[in-house]
Amino acid sequence: MSGTSGAERHPLGGLLTREPVVVTAGVDVLADALADQAVRVEPVDWRPPPPGTDAALAAVLGAPGRAEANARAVGRMVTARPHLVDVRPAREALGLEPGAFLHAGPPLEWERASGPMRGALIGAMLLEGLAETPLGAERALARGAATFEPCHHHGAVGPMAGVVSPSMWMLVVEDAEHGGRSYCSLNEGLGKVLRYGAYGPEVIERLTWMGEVLGPALRAAVRRHGPLDLLSVIAQALQMGDELHNRNRAATSLLLRELAPDLAAAPEVHRDRAAEALRFAAGNDHFFLNAGMAAAKAAADAARGVPGSSMVVAMARNGTDFGIQVSGTGDRWFTGPANVPHGLYLGDHGPDDANPDIGDSAITETAGMGGFALAAAPAIVRFVGGEVPDAVAATRRMYEITLAEHPALQIPLLSFRGTPVGVDVTRVVRTGILPVIDTGIAGREAGTGQVGAGLVEPPANVFEDALRALAETA
Amino acid sequence: MSRWVEVRPGGYHDSVTLMRVSRAVSERDGVDGAMAAMGTPLNVETMRRMGFDVPAETGPGDLVVAIRARDAAALEAARTALDGLLGEASRVPDRGGLLGEAPAARTTASAAARAEATVALLSVPGPGVFPEAMDALDAGLNVMIFSAGVPLAQEIALKEAAARRGLIVMGPDCGTAVVGGAGLGFANAVRPGPVGIVAASGTGAQQLMCLLDAAGTGVSHVLGVGGRDLSSQVSGRSALAALAALDADPGTELILLVSKPPAPRVADLIREAARRLDTPVVFALPMPGEDDLTRAAETALRALGRPVPRWPRWPARRRPAAVAGRELRGLFAGGTLREEAAVIARAGLGWDLEARGHSLVDFGGDAFTRGRAHPMIDPSLRLEALAHAAADPEAGVLLLDVVLGFGAEPDPAAALAPVLAAALRDRSDLAAVVSLCGTPADPQDRDRQAAALREAGADVYASNAQAARRAVKLVEALERAEGAPG
Repeated sequence: MSGTSGAERHPLGGLLTREPVVVTAGVDVLADALADQAVRVEPVDWRPPPPGTDAALAAVLGAPGRAEANARAVGRMVTARPHLVDVRPAREALGLEPGAFLHAGPPLEWERASGPMRGALIGAMLLEGLAETPLGAERALARGAATFEPCHHHGAVGPMAGVVSPSMWMLVVEDAEHGGRSYCSLNEGLGKVLRYGAYGPEVIERLTWMGEVLGPALRAAVRRHGPLDLLSVIAQALQMGDELHNRNRAATSLLLRELAPDLAAAPEVHRDRAAEALRFAAGNDHFFLNAGMAAAKAAADAARGVPGSSMVVAMARNGTDFGIQVSGTGDRWFTGPANVPHGLYLGDHGPDDANPDIGDSAITETAGMGGFALAAAPAIVRFVGGEVPDAVAATRRMYEITLAEHPALQIPLLSFRGTPVGVDVTRVVRTGILPVIDTGIAGREAGTGQVGAGLVEPPANVFEDALRALAETA
Repeated sequence: MSRWVEVRPGGYHDSVTLMRVSRAVSERDGVDGAMAAMGTPLNVETMRRMGFDVPAETGPGDLVVAIRARDAAALEAARTALDGLLGEASRVPDRGGLLGEAPAARTTASAAARAEATVALLSVPGPGVFPEAMDALDAGLNVMIFSAGVPLAQEIALKEAAARRGLIVMGPDCGTAVVGGAGLGFANAVRPGPVGIVAASGTGAQQLMCLLDAAGTGVSHVLGVGGRDLSSQVSGRSALAALAALDADPGTELILLVSKPPAPRVADLIREAARRLDTPVVFALPMPGEDDLTRAAETALRALGRPVPRWPRWPARRRPAAVAGRELRGLFAGGTLREEAAVIARAGLGWDLEARGHSLVDFGGDAFTRGRAHPMIDPSLRLEALAHAAADPEAGVLLLDVVLGFGAEPDPAAALAPVLAAALRDRSDLAAVVSLCGTPADPQDRDRQAAALREAGADVYASNAQAARRAVKLVEALERAEGAPG
């Protein structure tokens, strides 16, 4: 060796020169023997990975360049700078043709669609004037009169059923760092709403108003404001008690604080309509959710397509299947049956009324928010069935399966540690720790709407399947 | 008789913990048999042989607990005790406070991120090693792999990955290392000194470090490389890295390299590399025509200009009666110690030892450690074999090793001495020789162990080679008695 590199002065990373500190995994007697010698030990609580995964794990973890690929993928995810730049109808923003719909989660056929998904599609048919009655809409859908594709295939995300039709207005988000664009619909509020599968007259009426009043008003405000830094809003909201999935109260307030002056000053928006729009948004604590989802989608998409990376870039549910996409395996979906969430129920609803997990909103967890940031939102831990230490434990557990800590999104309760971000498929399989996802709970019958909210986990097989696919390309 | 079997999916504990729990429950009053184990095919088969009805769908990821007791009350008490012991074993130290306990790291990567560690010590089952080892290397940590059963291709891949990062993989199947004064795996409490050891053999390294300590010299570092490192496939990748690191270490004045007989081509490669170092290298390869471990230690001492002592020995007071035609029974925990004894026994008793009825068994070998702990942790299998050998009228000389140090059982003489004493009391014609590998500073205290074993009637030697020679001499004495007038 020539020159005096660090490796030459401290061969073997200082093994022979530094104070020994030992990570131990396996039989306790060996760790105890070190402790008896007063050597500092950092133990691993190791458990065997599922049977039959050893070879795939070795292939993926032994592939040259894997660590670099994952560093690149998660690096792109956390350096994304999503900005809200516009609000436009889906027909313009996404080129959505009449009779074409988008939906949440991985691809789905009408025959396998759950109650809330069917309900939302029925509502969208009614909204677009493609059917006169719910029954007519259902028959038309059953005979294939409409086409529908995942939002994710169009750079978009939609909460719960996530149904997007051409006349719905979309938030347009641009990643100022990597240049990508993402989209999400406008939030309708809680209760009987299309995204939970309700399609009654009040639902269609509200959606019509959103298209006629709310969308144009927001467009005017956003265009006057100029690109609105969503990551900054999210970072502040995390420090004000939001986790950006089941709690968006602070983020909604911050967003309105940003947009209200421009909305008031927009000459093309009548004062009454501006007031209506502000009142509607202010009356919905989840108004920001869709903007946060679009921001998360922009960050996740920036990390797509890194060869060899085992990082998850999408987690999404369609009410029947739970699907993930992984940076190193392109647009392929790995799916399994969606679980029913655990949580609290509204009124006299109970677990029997609950539909399996639904929605693209798990994009927030994908990008290091939501369930991954539960420790930032002590106000909602009872709502999701626990006490403050449970929320802290959930976030801490997610560090075991993620590649990085988000440099901008910090959790005060954890001494401003960054949120866990970038789920690594290999870590999920090795530890058996599944991502924790905050979620609303939709009624299983079409037309019911929301019945509760809580926590849900993906089916474990999706990560094992993704691992095997990665092993084939390794 | 009451029986109880329960399968607990996902309830993982390591095998040593489970064995200790099993033993503690088995020893309870009223308990006829108990086993808590992961549902590997081997364990399930063992349980079925014990008469337990284990469900067919039990898999290796399931914890299986089974108890057979005198009556329902004893069973219930044993169940409670078992759950208590398992609960204790899975307790994570509280570092939490108001926010609750910090969860334990679940991967080596996670643990490495919590500490500025220098090395990861892995003893998870062989098929689970690779991910943890890659985590360690990616985090800039050296790796010691205590586990056996790691596929050869993975060993090579790990060692290549380590070389690219300027790190070393010690193992797989590496029992012993000492770095910066810390003993990893099975290691003895030895004084610091100028000799660095590169070891493809764990007990070989322990023998050398104990002899050097007895000579007042001590070691700088002991870098294990794993039993397969000097095979033609692995080609000494870690041994070469260890030699280079010790050569660069200012505290190392001489290097001892100990291994079971290496592949000839690799031996040449290592000797060639050793010649190019500034630090002298002494080889300790227990094979015909080479120095045994004791002679290699003596060579190293002379090269350093240090006196060679008379190696510690504790001769028995009793003299066994000579009876013709008796056989040697060697029962070893250390593979290299057995190997060395075999070379010496062949030289003295003939190359066809086994044909003459002599036997030397390594209870640390794969056939005996599959699904159970190493005899240095759990002596029960070897103790059974010892009682069996003592009852065999053909057996004339028992030769055993006892290896002390960190990681080994806390008081081996406590279990061994009574069995030896009983065997020798019953048979005036039986002799016992013990090779005692340890130091006065070891947690078990070598001198206390030696006194107990000697009291039981065994000749005790600190040098394994001397112990083997003593055993051979005793057998020869018995053989000579054959020709003597009756």
